[in-house]
Amino acid sequence: MPDATRSGEVRSSAAESAAARPVPFRGGGFAPRRVLYVGPVVFIVLIALIEIGTQTGVISNLVLPSPSAVFWTFVELYQSGMLWKHLLPSLERLIVGGAMGAAAGVAVGVMIGLFSLVRAGLVPLVAAIFPIPKIALLPLFVIWFGIDEGSKYALIAFGTFTPTVVATYGGVDNVDRSLIRMGQSFGLAWWSIVRKIVLPGALPAILSGLRVSLAIAIILLVAAEMLGAEFGVGAYILEAGALYDLERLFAGVTILSILGVTLSWLIGRLERQLLAWRT
Amino acid sequence: MDLYLDGITHSYGDTDVLRDVTLQIPQGMVVCLVGPSGCGKSTLLRFIGGLEQPGGGQVLQVGAPPADSLNPLTYVFQHFALLPWRTVEGNVSLVLEDHDLPRERVQRIVADVLARTRLSDFRKALPKQLSGGMKQRVALARALAVNPAVMLMDEPLSALDSQTRELLMDDLVGLWTRQPFTAVYVTHNLVEAVRLGHRIVVLSRRPGRIREVVEVERPLGERGRGDPELERIQHHLWQAMRDEALAADQELVDA
Repeated sequence: MPDATRSGEVRSSAAESAAARPVPFRGGGFAPRRVLYVGPVVFIVLIALIEIGTQTGVISNLVLPSPSAVFWTFVELYQSGMLWKHLLPSLERLIVGGAMGAAAGVAVGVMIGLFSLVRAGLVPLVAAIFPIPKIALLPLFVIWFGIDEGSKYALIAFGTFTPTVVATYGGVDNVDRSLIRMGQSFGLAWWSIVRKIVLPGALPAILSGLRVSLAIAIILLVAAEMLGAEFGVGAYILEAGALYDLERLFAGVTILSILGVTLSWLIGRLERQLLAWRT
Repeated sequence: MDLYLDGITHSYGDTDVLRDVTLQIPQGMVVCLVGPSGCGKSTLLRFIGGLEQPGGGQVLQVGAPPADSLNPLTYVFQHFALLPWRTVEGNVSLVLEDHDLPRERVQRIVADVLARTRLSDFRKALPKQLSGGMKQRVALARALAVNPAVMLMDEPLSALDSQTRELLMDDLVGLWTRQPFTAVYVTHNLVEAVRLGHRIVVLSRRPGRIREVVEVERPLGERGRGDPELERIQHHLWQAMRDEALAADQELVDA
């Protein structure tokens, strides 16, 4: 009883006293949310600044080509029909090489995650392969897989393989063990546990790993087209670079950027669809 | 089917966890295991269902499980263990998929257990949309779907708030009254033990030994809150456990 009456007194006296002030807010933040339009605006502002700079002469043509000139080069490329002639072989290399590398990476990553013996044997090997600049191995790949498409697929596949492996076994390691125990306690077959519990549980990590490895695949596309490629976005860029044709160089680089943004967007859609169960 | 624990002894490294636990779990009875934290009651439950192996002694099945039991020893976990990427009915059908049952039989079982746990309206919901109590009812439905001979319940209500816990206790009593099942029910909560247990086994602190076995005669359906008989048993259990719990609290975890 005395507790209750005292709290009433405290309240009235606090309101009267001059020292009463609201508790400062210190929560909030640390929660990413979707902000529309800001991404495109950053692009537009940056390009507009460069355009103004090159038009007024603040930025020399030797340093950066004007975005409008790059745009017209691109239009020209499109109208001449050469855009598809360069883009299609590149896309094919990217898809075939990237798919081979990612598929092998997921398979090996799952094996490492599931079997201690495979982990003991392959984790050091993957760590040894990861930092090798795959570009340095291109001459070797040409000898192994031929100067045609084989070496290009191999280079891109090899480059996407290692980051996918690392992301996948990390994902498998992080699958909630209590869910696996649950599967075992209900007598689920080993393969059912892998398929219905381990793989879906590792999927978020696999998809975010795919973001990294597909970007690496685009980087390696240019490297792959250094040797023995007449057509391809990489070949186009390298040729423009050799001639110091900055407009064409930038037109080519822009294609790669658009490719990167498109792939990232596709994975984002895939994530929203496949991972809708996440809280 | 009865279960018989024959002299279960176990240690992790130098630490003795369980010593010579011998216990009968008769069919149709809910046996509660209570004890201070770290007394090895959850470990004992993992031995009973074969998820871990004891260092000494053995767990015996006496008699055959019913022929239509798909998974005789079935767990209900404290943290539900639902697959977040599967719907309510997907989580239930998960445990039926490996048994080569005809489609309509699976559908019939799923519909039946969801009705028994009052979840029929939520069959398409994902776990993230459910409250804690509903999640545990899904886990319960999943356990019922395989028609277990013995349910092994590891603190099934401990992750829930006290109101939800009260409601779920009523649900469990209702399920048992309509169709009696055998269960080993691990809890640290004495209220749950006296409400749900036909037999309450008190374990001592580490190394866990059976300190006392208390039989509660009153039928599950007739037990309510504030029942003086249950209060008396609960008080008695707490007296038996108090010193053990106090001592367990003073121990270093890695000692």
